[in-house]
Amino acid sequence: MQRPIRIVAAAAMASLTACGGSPAAQVEPAPRMTAAPQDQAPAESGSREQTADEQVNHLLSRLTFGARAGDAEAVRAMGVDKWIDLQLHPERIGDSKSDQYFATLESYNTSSQELQRKYPPPNQLLQRLQAKGDRSKLSAADSAELREATAGPRKVTIEAQSGRIDRALLSERQLQEVMTDFWLNHFSVYIQKGPPERYQLAQYESTVIRPNSLGKFRVLLEAVAKSPAMLFYLDNWESQADSNRPRLVPLPGAGRGGAGRNGRGGLLTPQQQQQLARRRGGLNENYGRELLELHTLGVDGGYTQQDVINVARALTGWTFPRPQLGGGAFEFNPQMHDAGAKVVLGHRLAAGRGIEDGEDVLDIVSRHPSTAKYIAFKLARRFVSDTPPAELVERAAATFRRTDGDIRAVVRTIITSKEFFSRAAYRSKVKSPFEVVVSALRALGAQPDGTLRTAQTIATLGEPIYGHQAPNGWPETGDQWMNTGSILNRINFGVAIAAGRIPGVSPVNWKGAESLQNAPIEQQVDGVVGALLGGGVSPDTRAILITGKNPFLASAAALDTMPEMARPPTRGLALIVGLAIGSPEFQRR
Amino acid sequence: MRRRYFVKSGAVALVTMGLSPSFLRRTAMGMDLPLAQKGKVLICLFQRGAADALNVVVPHGERAYYQLRPNIAIPQPLRGTGAVGSTGATGAIDLDGFFGLHPSLAPLKPLWDSGLLAPIHAVGSPSATRSHFDAQDYMESGTPDAKGTSDGWLNRYLATSGTCEQCAPTPFRAVAMTPQTPRILEGTAPAVAMNSLDEFAVRSGGGDQTARLEALYRTGSADLIHGTGQEMFEAVKMLRSANPTQYQPQNGTDYPKSQFGQRLKQIAQLIKSKVGLEIAFADVGGWDTHVNQGGATGQLAQRLDDFAKSIAALANDLGEGMENVVILTMSEFGRMARQNGNGGTDHGHAGAMFVIGGSVHGKKVYGKWPGLEPEQLYEGRDLALTTDFRSVFSEIASKHLGATNLGAMFPGFTSAARLGLLA
Repeated sequence: MQRPIRIVAAAAMASLTACGGSPAAQVEPAPRMTAAPQDQAPAESGSREQTADEQVNHLLSRLTFGARAGDAEAVRAMGVDKWIDLQLHPERIGDSKSDQYFATLESYNTSSQELQRKYPPPNQLLQRLQAKGDRSKLSAADSAELREATAGPRKVTIEAQSGRIDRALLSERQLQEVMTDFWLNHFSVYIQKGPPERYQLAQYESTVIRPNSLGKFRVLLEAVAKSPAMLFYLDNWESQADSNRPRLVPLPGAGRGGAGRNGRGGLLTPQQQQQLARRRGGLNENYGRELLELHTLGVDGGYTQQDVINVARALTGWTFPRPQLGGGAFEFNPQMHDAGAKVVLGHRLAAGRGIEDGEDVLDIVSRHPSTAKYIAFKLARRFVSDTPPAELVERAAATFRRTDGDIRAVVRTIITSKEFFSRAAYRSKVKSPFEVVVSALRALGAQPDGTLRTAQTIATLGEPIYGHQAPNGWPETGDQWMNTGSILNRINFGVAIAAGRIPGVSPVNWKGAESLQNAPIEQQVDGVVGALLGGGVSPDTRAILITGKNPFLASAAALDTMPEMARPPTRGLALIVGLAIGSPEFQRR
Repeated sequence: MRRRYFVKSGAVALVTMGLSPSFLRRTAMGMDLPLAQKGKVLICLFQRGAADALNVVVPHGERAYYQLRPNIAIPQPLRGTGAVGSTGATGAIDLDGFFGLHPSLAPLKPLWDSGLLAPIHAVGSPSATRSHFDAQDYMESGTPDAKGTSDGWLNRYLATSGTCEQCAPTPFRAVAMTPQTPRILEGTAPAVAMNSLDEFAVRSGGGDQTARLEALYRTGSADLIHGTGQEMFEAVKMLRSANPTQYQPQNGTDYPKSQFGQRLKQIAQLIKSKVGLEIAFADVGGWDTHVNQGGATGQLAQRLDDFAKSIAALANDLGEGMENVVILTMSEFGRMARQNGNGGTDHGHAGAMFVIGGSVHGKKVYGKWPGLEPEQLYEGRDLALTTDFRSVFSEIASKHLGATNLGAMFPGFTSAARLGLLA
């Protein structure tokens, strides 16, 4: 039933100038071009169903957050396979523009602890003001105090959320950004878990996830396990030995003196008793469960409830200083650690050990065959199709096993495969809201605007950044992103761009638009189709963009503009840009 | 007429063209699904932040209540008065000689008197968590202490039961009056989330932009995106013909101007415009009263005032339509039995719910009362739980909506006993 897609405007692309994506190596010595490293399987370039132009579009829609003006020419000039290889090695790609921008953002250059100390959550003030009743009862002085006290935490949120957008917008290391997005969703955390969470996010993204996004899975897994962002989100920071288990180091007051006495036999103060009660908490299985179910083996990966408990026991004591008081870096607390013997997925962990318990668990789960399969499946689903071919998943899983979880090698297997370059895969994925917005901004050459407005736009489209409450992350398949409400919001996003209501981006002044301003409408349409839709639209779509006429529409009742919403009509190039972003074709990648 | 119009020009046309918008796909796939009962509507209202159940449904017959809360307890009902006005009221509004309503809930008293209102006490999640985040998660996923559940229980209801036989497929079967789809409605079945009815529109200026956008989705392609887009344009037209800006509430109803009041008003509009609404959701915050929550007046009293006036307005506006409607209120947990050092209350355990509707066996407070003596409190500090929230959810889903798929809605849960809330 799907009509054939026709390349309409490849020629229009020729007028676009080359992008700034300088492939010059800056960081590393020249790559070895002779001996193929372990992760370089030969590209299957001979068996690709997609045409050369389609391959370029496909790469830019799957391995980047959308083509900018000139990107297609740059890929074509370098060659598809060489470009893939370069993107797999972000360290060989200069990224000065992005680096310069992020050097100006405090959250990315300050420890979480320092950030929280400097911009504390205004809890006490909020409670005091809340006690006065509703907002209308606040005095001017109260309001001013509140504004001042919330400005700092707000800045932290802005930098964490818009930082995601801005890096995707600016970075030349696009595959690394796509992988960062993938892993942040795989290891999802929630900004509203509690006041301390927001201070962790910029560091979580930039020091835990991104540097490991194409590295070894085992290294990434441990970085996440030790990150305050995850320790707080999934409660492991307060998980500790149950009262019937031996602790590696006994708690003060639990020794000879017995409960209620300190180690020297004296009575504890009420405060100390309270502290002790808190410290006596007990096991929290939350992280242990998600580590198995979501982060490694997958829900049907072959573990039992007893494995969940024992994984959680092994990870007791993996904590960080009390988050409500400012937090700090990861630390292992032997007083919280369950020192009993444990069996995890058939592996025996001896009694009396400390941090090695957790490290062994990470070894065991990251090398489990279910993990190889689960990660391979998720990556293939991200890059190839919502229902990736089983054969491809198996090859990717084999790469995972063979390379001991080398993510770069697994991704290479997937994105150089014949399945990746198949006709069935072409434009088969539905963009996430983040991808919709960022791809539009990239096509139109938008600049970071330093506010939350773009992040709010993405939230309106249904994917608030760091806003997924449950630990399973946002959907990775199109059917879950498509419903009446979401498509309406996507169309309205196009309308808002056309009307100039999205900050940092103009519907008429973008690289490539200069020659279109006063051009005939056919040329304008082909220029917009080239810039925003990778050149490929159906004849019907092109006709509608040019004339507004469509035989199918005649049978449907007209939908008038609501009078209270009447705004000056959008015309010309802006109208075409808005229609293109609101079109069905733009929702795909 | 509007319904027929939609079926003719919209859904059926799509089917004949071989299209498959999401709400039809679901229905088509589920031909053998148990059917919902015709015209029944469930409205779920979430009080986010943990409402203080002991000051909402007041156990004024409980001596310990007044010992635990010397400064914030709601005084016993004023002698000789059943109904008390919301202004100047200082005592609980007596219900049954033991429980009373907070005086700010006076607007709900007529619903009690006419047998439409059933409070449930000591109800909630069996999970021990006192985290807002976790507890809301559990109440919406319907799976306490299981965090891996990706969908909400209302969505599982929708996904595992068909619409009624005579009912046309509709994009408005499930609507949340919230900026984003709430957890409780997340899942495979389609649900619409919107801030307001008038925002559910293509926000273009004049000219033919909207028509052209619609045309782009009517190019004959039969994929998910085109199908969903066409469904959306039909839905917008369907809503437009209900003419939200001209809505006049009935029975002289005056909704509060608050966001909550206005959202309930729009739920009434959707019900009356007969667009096929079956599940509605809205939420309201401001219940996390750690400091100076007040007693008969003050902070909590203000929240309850808006809450009660809004719900009473909805019931009044729907009038006889309440025969087909159940309103269910919930909050993630209750608060500590004892007041804290700041004239407020900290996070607790069991809470209270209201069930309101024409088919409700009202004028009775449900749930076994666990008592507030020290040995009766959960972990020595909170109201103990005697009714699992899933018992309430299950009973309403099965008795009101006709759900037979309770095992799928609440995996691993078997209700201990029927409460007998509904006729």
